[in-house]
Amino acid sequence: MPGRQLIMSFPVTATSHSLAEYRARGGYASLEKTLGTLQPADVVKEVTAAGLQGRGGAAFSVGRKWQVVTYDDGQPHYLIANADEGEPGTFKDRWILENNPHVLLESMLIASYALNVRNCFVYIRGEFDLPYRRLAGAVEEAYAAHLFGERILGSGFCCDIVVYRGAGAYVAGEASGLISSLEGKKSYPRNRPPRLTVKGLYQRPTVVNNVESLSNIAWIIANGATAYKAVGTPKSPGTRLFSVSGHVNKPGVYEVELGYPWMKFLDEDCGGIQGGRAIKCVVPGGVSSKVLTGADIAELTLSHEALWDAGSTLGSGGMIVIAEGTCMVRLLQVLMRFYHHESCGQCTPCRHGTGWLHRIMDRIVAGEGRPEDIERLYYISKFNDGTTICGLGDAAGYACSGILDKFRDEFEYYIEHKRSRYDGNLECLRSS
Amino acid sequence: MKHLIPEFEKLRERFPAGFESSLVLPCVRRIQEDRGYVADEDIEQLAAYLGVPQIQIEEVLSFYTMFRRKPIGRWHLQFCRNISCSMNGAERILAHVEHRLGIRPGETTPDGRYTLSVVECLGSCGTAPMMMVNEGYHENLTHARVDELLEGLK
Repeated sequence: MPGRQLIMSFPVTATSHSLAEYRARGGYASLEKTLGTLQPADVVKEVTAAGLQGRGGAAFSVGRKWQVVTYDDGQPHYLIANADEGEPGTFKDRWILENNPHVLLESMLIASYALNVRNCFVYIRGEFDLPYRRLAGAVEEAYAAHLFGERILGSGFCCDIVVYRGAGAYVAGEASGLISSLEGKKSYPRNRPPRLTVKGLYQRPTVVNNVESLSNIAWIIANGATAYKAVGTPKSPGTRLFSVSGHVNKPGVYEVELGYPWMKFLDEDCGGIQGGRAIKCVVPGGVSSKVLTGADIAELTLSHEALWDAGSTLGSGGMIVIAEGTCMVRLLQVLMRFYHHESCGQCTPCRHGTGWLHRIMDRIVAGEGRPEDIERLYYISKFNDGTTICGLGDAAGYACSGILDKFRDEFEYYIEHKRSRYDGNLECLRSS
Repeated sequence: MKHLIPEFEKLRERFPAGFESSLVLPCVRRIQEDRGYVADEDIEQLAAYLGVPQIQIEEVLSFYTMFRRKPIGRWHLQFCRNISCSMNGAERILAHVEHRLGIRPGETTPDGRYTLSVVECLGSCGTAPMMMVNEGYHENLTHARVDELLEGLK
């Protein structure tokens, strides 16, 4: 195991997601402690002191986001768990929803108490089937046990929850796009300011937190901020759920204590690379984070600061391992097709930029690339950066320039020779 | 959609007052489950029922990938071909299915049995390659598993 476990700390069985087993593991004791002994401000203070960083991608302080909400400003507040997991390579929240849904619900109750929220929501991506059924089942169990509804556990605290299903849009994972979607509209992101914590869902103060971020709250309340900070590194407290995929022998979701050596994790926990090949590069945290080569990561630890220093980010924890011999031109084509497909079309630079990037990549792969195409890909990537409402256009540019920076020679080769330097495959064929 | 109104009333109770607009997505989803697609009359009736503009429902229908305005085949096969799936053979398996069914993505077999679609990441990267068959996920696909699966879909 790569360090201590806070969320995946129990063996998964056919029934380990149930309320009874969650309770047997000590579940809902944090809620009892909160309602019985803590003031709302104490909860915010504890979460802020724990230094919990958002697990959706931006790693913004959860406590600081919460502090923007004024407890008694006389208007309704909303809390939304972002379960619109759609960043390619990311499937960690799915693990929580399928295997430990009550830790999310308990944490949301504690957060709702802290933020004076009467109605909270889980926005879950529309395609998720088992995760939805498990979560909806957990909500029913919790209502039946009077953990939601009126006067929870005999206190004055009342809270209701709705599980809201998306309908297939990557951009709905962006917090303001999510809110537009939860209002029953197409998920157009919104300009900020005002921040969502000032004017969010139906123009009311709204906190949107990632599923994994929220799921740490129950542990923090049970054990305290000091204990939480003792896990991980000083700048990256706690653990992270990494969803590992690509050319590894044992893909899956792993909880890793931050600060753990990266290569040790890949070699020992993930079973090394398919066919015993070398690592060409790794997408550290979802395709919107910049790739790092095998040499880049050799000495790195898995922590926010180590990745920032290396010019990338842990992002969403969606780690894609790419073996030597993979064609990066084809890979970038797949990514550009993805961003083009998912651009919501609201902002001109992203709507046109992602399409332009996609068309250039199609052209190069078809053997019709032009020598100036590489500079043009850079130009469009740069032009997208910071000129749009949300980060989708920026991310397309980061993914593009990130791969070009590291593998420019492969693109030059492809354009000149009208074919891949490798076999053009993305698969790591075991026979070769 | 009128026969679904009792269900929609129950759904409404779970939301705070004033959240009628939020009901658009869940109601559209339910209508599609019921009819197989969303018809013009559904849009008119739902707009009237929820008190939202028709254009809002039409925008939602055209924006999200899961909604459709026309009927499709009995079994909807949706292949992920994002990078983790492609890196584990999705393109090869998709080509096999195209060949076997004789259709391309976006098409339906003449007997109305299968509709084939390609989609972006569905969060199954660790169990790649994958496809959805109607609501369900089918993961760690191989040629043999796909063949076996298709045999079972009548």
